[in-house]
Amino acid sequence: MLDSTTHLLSLSGVSKRYGGVRALTGVNFACGRGSIHAVLGENGAGKSTLIKIISGVVQPDEGTIALEGRPIVFPTPQSANAAGVVCIFQELSLMPDLSVADNISIASPPKRFGLIDKRAQRRRAEQLLARVGCEDINPQSLVKNLPLSRRQMVEIAKALGRKPKLLILDEATSALTAADVQRVYGILHALRDEGLSLLYISHRMHEIEELADTCSVFRNGQHIETFPKGTRTDEQVVQMMIGREWRNVYPPKPVRNAPLPVELEVRDLGWEDRLAGISLRVGKGEIVGLGGLDGQGQRELLLAMFGVLRGVTGTIAVDGVAKTIHSPAHAKSPSVGLALIPEDRKTEGLCLPMGVADNISMAALDSMTRGLVVDRALESRKIDEMAKKLKIKFGKLSDAVATLSGGNQQKVVIAKWLLTGARVILLNDPTRGIDVGTKQEIYQLLRDLADAGTSILLYSTDYDELIGCCDRVLILYGGRVVRELEGGDITEANIVASSLNISLTEKAGAHA
Amino acid sequence: MRDIGLRLQQSVGFWVAVALFAILYTLYSSLHPKGWTVDIFVQNSNESFALIMVSMAQTVPVLTGGIDLSVGAMMTLVNCLASNLVSGSPSQIVLGILVCLAAGALAGFVNGAIVVYGRIQPIIATLATGAVYVGISLFLRPSPGGKIDDNLSWVATNAMAEMDTTYGWFPDGAPGWFAHGIGLLPVPILLILIIVFGVWVPFRKTVTGRGCYAIGSSEGAAYMSGLSVARSKLAAYTLGGLFAGFGGLYLAIQTGSGNADIPQAGGYTLNSIAAVVIGGTSLFGGSGGAIGSVFGALTLRSISFCFRVFDTDGQVGFLANPLLQPIFEGVILLLAVSLGAARVFRVKNRLSLFT
Repeated sequence: MLDSTTHLLSLSGVSKRYGGVRALTGVNFACGRGSIHAVLGENGAGKSTLIKIISGVVQPDEGTIALEGRPIVFPTPQSANAAGVVCIFQELSLMPDLSVADNISIASPPKRFGLIDKRAQRRRAEQLLARVGCEDINPQSLVKNLPLSRRQMVEIAKALGRKPKLLILDEATSALTAADVQRVYGILHALRDEGLSLLYISHRMHEIEELADTCSVFRNGQHIETFPKGTRTDEQVVQMMIGREWRNVYPPKPVRNAPLPVELEVRDLGWEDRLAGISLRVGKGEIVGLGGLDGQGQRELLLAMFGVLRGVTGTIAVDGVAKTIHSPAHAKSPSVGLALIPEDRKTEGLCLPMGVADNISMAALDSMTRGLVVDRALESRKIDEMAKKLKIKFGKLSDAVATLSGGNQQKVVIAKWLLTGARVILLNDPTRGIDVGTKQEIYQLLRDLADAGTSILLYSTDYDELIGCCDRVLILYGGRVVRELEGGDITEANIVASSLNISLTEKAGAHA
Repeated sequence: MRDIGLRLQQSVGFWVAVALFAILYTLYSSLHPKGWTVDIFVQNSNESFALIMVSMAQTVPVLTGGIDLSVGAMMTLVNCLASNLVSGSPSQIVLGILVCLAAGALAGFVNGAIVVYGRIQPIIATLATGAVYVGISLFLRPSPGGKIDDNLSWVATNAMAEMDTTYGWFPDGAPGWFAHGIGLLPVPILLILIIVFGVWVPFRKTVTGRGCYAIGSSEGAAYMSGLSVARSKLAAYTLGGLFAGFGGLYLAIQTGSGNADIPQAGGYTLNSIAAVVIGGTSLFGGSGGAIGSVFGALTLRSISFCFRVFDTDGQVGFLANPLLQPIFEGVILLLAVSLGAARVFRVKNRLSLFT
């Protein structure tokens, strides 16, 4: 059915199961030469499995793969690399303690007399870094000393060093700054023009519009449709992805006449050189957004409030009472009542090998004890309640949370913190890498919580989200709040401009 | 050049070890009545050799993010084996030495195989194999004794000039460059240089050696980068066994006998971990190296040397009390391994304590 000669890579009838879960079902998929092919789908749609199969990380249960018309099997990532299939994964594959040059040439460094030739390796690193426009990175510096966005560029340089025929990018731009994203687009287009095939996975629709030549949509482990870019509207694409009508993602914002009573007040918060005197207020039942370019102190602000950072100056008051928060355990205690949905659910949000139930009750166990022991009946009642409320999809409550899809994992994190009965919820980019359907549920949930009187401080790297969800948005720049946007002022133009600390002529509501 | 600054910054731990050793050894030598003489150098390097080797042995698994609690036991095993094999005709001696080193490497390979294919945590796997190796040592050498070739013992534990007098290298008398130059170099130091630059430095430059650092830094990333994780780990533990074997062999040559001394094996293992830490290798893996551990071991040894030369009647005379030595050494080891945790005090973001 698929003409494998005109395609670089083709899969036919590929299926994969993990235990009882079907990750891919009879997928026929092909990827052309010299094109950028975007793969779309919700989390759990089978994109990651597809990539893992193509790059040799896992083996398909059924079906065949052909590269350049010849059937091929990749038992390991190395064999895929050797055949010219190189993948840049969402989780970075760099070794932090090694230098940039070491990392770039890690698997097959240039050698002299059988030993690694450091000088040649360095030259090679310089050339590859130049190719991705990062001449400013010193090949001798250690990867752990580079900012995240630079590391991502090193990752791309490393992949190019393997002379790929097919380059797979899995959420490869999630850590990049806006300037780097543009640069990466340029590089990817140039690579395509050189005849390279690219397989591109992203959750950002506008990226796909800008980049892709062809799009394929996956849903529930099946290949739904492949079409040239521009032949479907956004609504049609999203509908294909979620399999149902997609209306407005964001719940309506309430109209308020009277100002809300202040629940959380932060004054003059400072820490190291990252926070330079931040003051803000969140009203009871209000959703306040934190925006701005990545790395302007938003994460540190949330961590400082949650007692994670040492040496924080300034004051934090909850419900009018000043608190000195010295640890997360203190922050979540009923006397303070904060909750933080952390940035990285896999390391900070969840204990991946533990069960769904154990994870949900983890933060609230203090409130479920009878004497010294946990009241199991009460615990399981509350867990059930939460799992239902958030519509978490899982096999058994005792299943390891690692087996859940990204969206459901994030719901478990949220459930865990809701159980503590927090008065103020801090969220650090909670929808990163999550499918549209779950995002929508989370937005609705946040609004419901706010309506019930919870105060919410939401940091998001997605401007749409700030616009759609928040009653007010504070823009951070260089560790300060440079602008406060409210109501109709929350527009993309305003957010972008103030993120770059450019003052537009519109109403200047500067806060600091 | 900015790169030199960068290099220095990336190897602070190593230079701290070098400086510590220099300071302590200078202190010792200036207090010792025979300080700065060839005799003392020879004596000190003999006393340091085995610990240096065991510390190098510990370094390689630690770089991969593992640990080897059997280094002392492997040293003891080879020590006992050598006391049975390294004597007789020259060819028997050479064969005996080769068998001893192969046995060390094999013991290390077994550790590696259990860690890699048995998927058992290194700390448990090597604790168990260490017990086995000590058991074999006791079987080979139930009571201290055995035989080592006398000439070999003599030359290996003296300055190089003794090679000439023992084996008659220069029948017409040694030339000046030998007698007053290289001939003064203690043989153990020469051996260490050969092992470091003949084995460790080239290993570091192989893909497998680089792989050890990569695994210690991020095992998942190393795997996804197409490195052979199994091969690097096997190589790390095997090389550890080989280094420990050098140590055990030398100990046998130095003492002229074998001894299945169980407390000594444990002591060497603990000291090796301390030496690795002092030498600037991260116990989390990924950074550091065996040369640093050489200086770590030398630093530990210099501390013991210093205790010997303190005046028993002086202000700090109690330091020289032999009954208190084990306590002091224990405290110093505790401090040394705590060095690795010192970064905790500089951390401003508590989250980074856990990653």
